[in-house]
Amino acid sequence: MDRPDTSPPTMMQRILASDFVFDFTRAPLAMLAAAVVLFLFIIAILAPLVAPTNPFDPASLNLMNGFTPPMTPNMFTGQSFVMGTDDQGRDLLSAIIYGLRVSLFVGVMSVLLAMGIGVSLGLVAGYVGGWLDNLIMRIADIQLTFPSILIAMLIFGVLRGIIPPDLRDEMAIFVLIAAIGLSEWVPFARTVRATTLVEKEKEYVQAARLIGLRRGQIMWRHILPNVIGPVLVIATITLALAIIAEATLSFLGVGAPPTEPSLGTLIRIGQDYLFSGEWWILAFPAVTLLALALSVNLLGDWLKDTLNPRLK
Amino acid sequence: MLVILARRLAQAGLVLLLVALISFAIFRFVGSPVENILGQEATVADRNELIERMGLDDPIPVQYARFVWKALNFDFGISYRTAEPVADLIASRLPATLELAFISALMALAAGILLGIFTAINRGGLLAGFVMTTSLIGVSLPTFLIGVLLIWLFSVELGWLPSFGRGETVKLGFWETGLLTASGLKSLILPAVTLGLYQMTLIMRLVRSEMLEVLRQDFIKFARARGLPERMVYFRHALRNTLVPVTTVAGLQLGSIVAFAIITETVFQWPGVGLMFINAVYFVDIPVMSAYLLLVGTLFVLINLIVDLLYLAIDPRIRDRNLRGG
Amino acid sequence: MTAPLLDVRDLSVEFPLRRQRLQALDGISFSLEAGEVLGFVGESGAGKSLTGAAIMGLLEPPGRITAGTIALQGRRIEDDAASVRGGEIGMIFQDPLTSLNPLRTVGDQLVETIQLHLGLSGEAAEARAIELLEEVGIDPERRSAFPHEFSGGMRQRIVIALALAPEPKLIIADEPTTALDVSIQAQVLALLRRLCKERGAAVILITHDMGVIAETTDRVAVLYAGRLVEEGPTADVIAAPRHPYTAGLMASTPNLDAVSVDTVLPQIPGSMPGLTALPSGCRFHPRCGDAMAECARIAPEFADGVACHKYSAVGSMKGKGASNGG
Repeated sequence: MDRPDTSPPTMMQRILASDFVFDFTRAPLAMLAAAVVLFLFIIAILAPLVAPTNPFDPASLNLMNGFTPPMTPNMFTGQSFVMGTDDQGRDLLSAIIYGLRVSLFVGVMSVLLAMGIGVSLGLVAGYVGGWLDNLIMRIADIQLTFPSILIAMLIFGVLRGIIPPDLRDEMAIFVLIAAIGLSEWVPFARTVRATTLVEKEKEYVQAARLIGLRRGQIMWRHILPNVIGPVLVIATITLALAIIAEATLSFLGVGAPPTEPSLGTLIRIGQDYLFSGEWWILAFPAVTLLALALSVNLLGDWLKDTLNPRLK
Repeated sequence: MLVILARRLAQAGLVLLLVALISFAIFRFVGSPVENILGQEATVADRNELIERMGLDDPIPVQYARFVWKALNFDFGISYRTAEPVADLIASRLPATLELAFISALMALAAGILLGIFTAINRGGLLAGFVMTTSLIGVSLPTFLIGVLLIWLFSVELGWLPSFGRGETVKLGFWETGLLTASGLKSLILPAVTLGLYQMTLIMRLVRSEMLEVLRQDFIKFARARGLPERMVYFRHALRNTLVPVTTVAGLQLGSIVAFAIITETVFQWPGVGLMFINAVYFVDIPVMSAYLLLVGTLFVLINLIVDLLYLAIDPRIRDRNLRGG
Repeated sequence: MTAPLLDVRDLSVEFPLRRQRLQALDGISFSLEAGEVLGFVGESGAGKSLTGAAIMGLLEPPGRITAGTIALQGRRIEDDAASVRGGEIGMIFQDPLTSLNPLRTVGDQLVETIQLHLGLSGEAAEARAIELLEEVGIDPERRSAFPHEFSGGMRQRIVIALALAPEPKLIIADEPTTALDVSIQAQVLALLRRLCKERGAAVILITHDMGVIAETTDRVAVLYAGRLVEEGPTADVIAAPRHPYTAGLMASTPNLDAVSVDTVLPQIPGSMPGLTALPSGCRFHPRCGDAMAECARIAPEFADGVACHKYSAVGSMKGKGASNGG
C-alpha cells in the first residue's frame, strides 16, 4: 500500500463523510422527495421556457379547443394536449406550470416572512427578556391557540378591507403572502427564543459582552448561527404548511385572483367540471399539489428525525 | 378547588376581553362603517346622523365597552351584505356547524386513539408502518382535496352519497337538526369524514408519540420487571398516562375542528357558520367577520377551560399541587 | 449435585449501532446459591445494570444477548425470561420516584401484582398487600394514596414490597439506594437484606459503592468495561484484592474504621474507556500500574476468581518482578 493520504479532508470530503449525507443516502424516500421538490422548483422557475404556451396570453387561447381531453386530438381543431384543456381551451399543462410558480412563490415568500418575523422576535424575546419577552410570548401563546389557517383567513379579510376595492385583485398575491406569513411565525420565535436563552448564558457570549460588542452584533454573529439547524427544519415543515394554506385559501376563493391562478385556484375551477365528466381539469392540478405537499412534508419529517434522533 | 376554578375563570375572561378587543378593532377600524352602510353617495347630513346614532364619535374606550355590552346581549350589528342582523344569521347556521363538528370530533377521537395505540405498540411492524406512512399522506392532503376526492368517489362515480347541502332537516324548537332524517344522515357522512380525517391523523400521531414516550419511562420498565404481561402494561399502565397530555392537545384540536369546518362547509356547501364566514371574507362583510371571530374565540376559551379542568380531574399530582399552591 | 439457583455462563450482550456493533458485555460467568447476596460493583458503563437487565430479559432494543446461557435452578431462561420475570425473579430499580405509576394508587399496583402471580382473589390479595406493607414498614391505611404522596425512602420500601409480593427466589436490585438520602440508605438496604434472608431469596445487588458492598453482600463480582475482572467472597476480596483495578477501587474508598480528616484518597489515573474505543488486550492495561507487555496484546482469561496476567501462566513466567511493584 502507498503512503496514506495525510492531507486534511477538503470541505467536500467532510460533507460527504458526515452523518447527514450518510443518513440521506440511506433514506431512499427522502432522496425521492428531494428530487421531486427540486424538479418542481426548477420547472416553476423556468416556467416561461418549459411551458408549451403562455396560458395568460389571450392570443394562445382558442375557445374551440375547450374541454379537450388529455392526449386526444380536439374534434374541431385537431390540436392535442398532454393534459387536455380547460373550459376556455387553455392548455392545462401550461396552466399547471404557471400555477405551480404562483404556489411556490407564495409559499417561499410567506415562509421567509414568517421566518424573518419569528427569528427576530425570538432573538429579541430571548436576549432582551423582561416585559418585551413576556409580551411577545403571550401574543405567540394566544395565536397558537387558534389554527393558523383561521388566522390567515382573518388577516386576509382584514387586509382586503383596508385595501381599496379596485386594487384588491392586483394586491391579492401580496395580501396572501402577508396573511400566511403572519400566521406561521410562532414556531420560529419559540425555537429561537429557547436556543437564545441557552446560548446567552454561555461563556463566549458573556466574553463578547465584556469586550463591548453591541447587543445587535452579539445576537447576529454569535447567537444566530446556533439556531440555523432547527430553523431549517421548521422552515421546511412550514413550507409544506404554507403551500397547503395557499392552496386552501385559493380553493375557497379568498386567495390568488383568477388572473393569476395558483394550483388551488385551478382545483377550484376543476371541481365545477367534476360532475360533467371533465375529470382532468381537476385531477392534474390536484396530483401536482399533492406531489409537492407530500414531498416537502417527507423532507421535513426526515430532517426532523435526523437532527433529532431521539424522536425516531 | 374553588380557588383554582375562580382563577381559571378570571384568566378565561381576560382572554375573552382581548379577543373582543381585536373583534372590536376590526369592526370599528377596518373600512368605514358609515360608507359601508350608506354607500358613497350619502349626504353629509345623513352621515353625521349615522355617526351620531352609532356613537362613532364617542371616545374609543366607551365604544369598546358598548361593543362588549352589545355582544353580551347577542347584538353583533347588521351584515353589510344582506342587511340582516348578524345574530340571526349565526343563530340560523350554528346548529349545522355544531352537528358536523361534533360527529367529526367523535370519529376523530375514537379512531385516532385506537390507531395511535396500535402503531405505538407495533412499532417497527409492517402494518403499523403502513398506517404511519398513510397518515403522513393524510397530513399532507389538504382538507379540501380530501373532500373533493370523496365527492368524486362516492357522489360522482358511485352515486351513493349526496355531495352538497344538509338534506332534509327537522326543527326542534330553535334548533334545526339533520340527525333525525335518513337524507340528513346521509348528507352528513362525507363532510364529517372530510373534517375528521385530518384531526384523526393528528390525534393518532400524537397518541403514538406520547405512548412511546410513556413506554420509555421507568415505571413501565418496573411494571415489566414485576412480570405484568404486555397487554396489562399497555392498557392498564401506559394508556392512562398517555391520555393525560393527549387530553390537552386533543381538546385544542377539537376546537380547531370548528375552524376547519370553514373549508369543509365550502366544499360541501354545508349551510353553517363557516360558509357564512368565508363569504364574509370574500365580500368584506366586516360585522360578520368580527362576530365570527368573537364566536370562535369564545368557543376556544371554553374548550381550553374544560380541558384544564379535565386535566385536574385525571392527574392526582396536578390536583394536589394546585391545592397546596392555593 | 444440585444445580445452583442461578448459573450464568459466558454471557455476551451486543448493541448493534448504525455503523458498528458495541460489545457491552463480554463473556461474563458467575453463579449464585439460594439465600446468597452477590454484589456487582464497577463504574457506570461497566455493564453492571446490563447484566441484571439481560437476566430479566429487559435489555433495551437493539441490545441483545449474543452468546452464553442463563439457567435458573438448571432451567435455561435466556430465551424465555418472561416466564420468570416478576415471579421467580423480581427487580428493583434505582429511582423509586419513577418506578411507580404516578396515576395509580400504590395499593392498586400491589394488588395487581399479587393477583397476577399468586392467583389470589381480590380480597385475599388485598389482605396480602396489607401484610406486605406492614412488613416493609408502611402504614397499610395509606394504600389508597398515590406514589407522589410518599417520600423517596417510603417509595423504595413500596417498590421492595412490590418486588417481594410474588415470593421470588431471586431479587435483582439495581442501585436501589443511590437516589435516596444517605441517612436512609442503610435502613432500606438492611430491610431488603433482612426480608430476603427471611424468605431465603437470593439477591444480586448492583452498586458502584464499595461501602454498600462491604456491609450488605456475601460475595462480590467486579466488572470493568464489560468484563468480569474479579469475583470472590466479599470479606476476602476486601481484605486482599487481587486485580489491580479492584485494589484501586478499594484504595479510593474511604475506610470506615480509620478515617482521618487529612487522608487524601488515591485515585485510579485516567477513566474507563467507552465501548467505542476499547483498548486491545486487557481493557484495564492503560490505567494499570502493574501492566506488562502482554497486557496490551492478550486479554487475560478469567480463572480462579480473577482475570489478570499477574496470576496467569503468561504473567508468572515473565512478570514476577512487576507483580509486587505496588
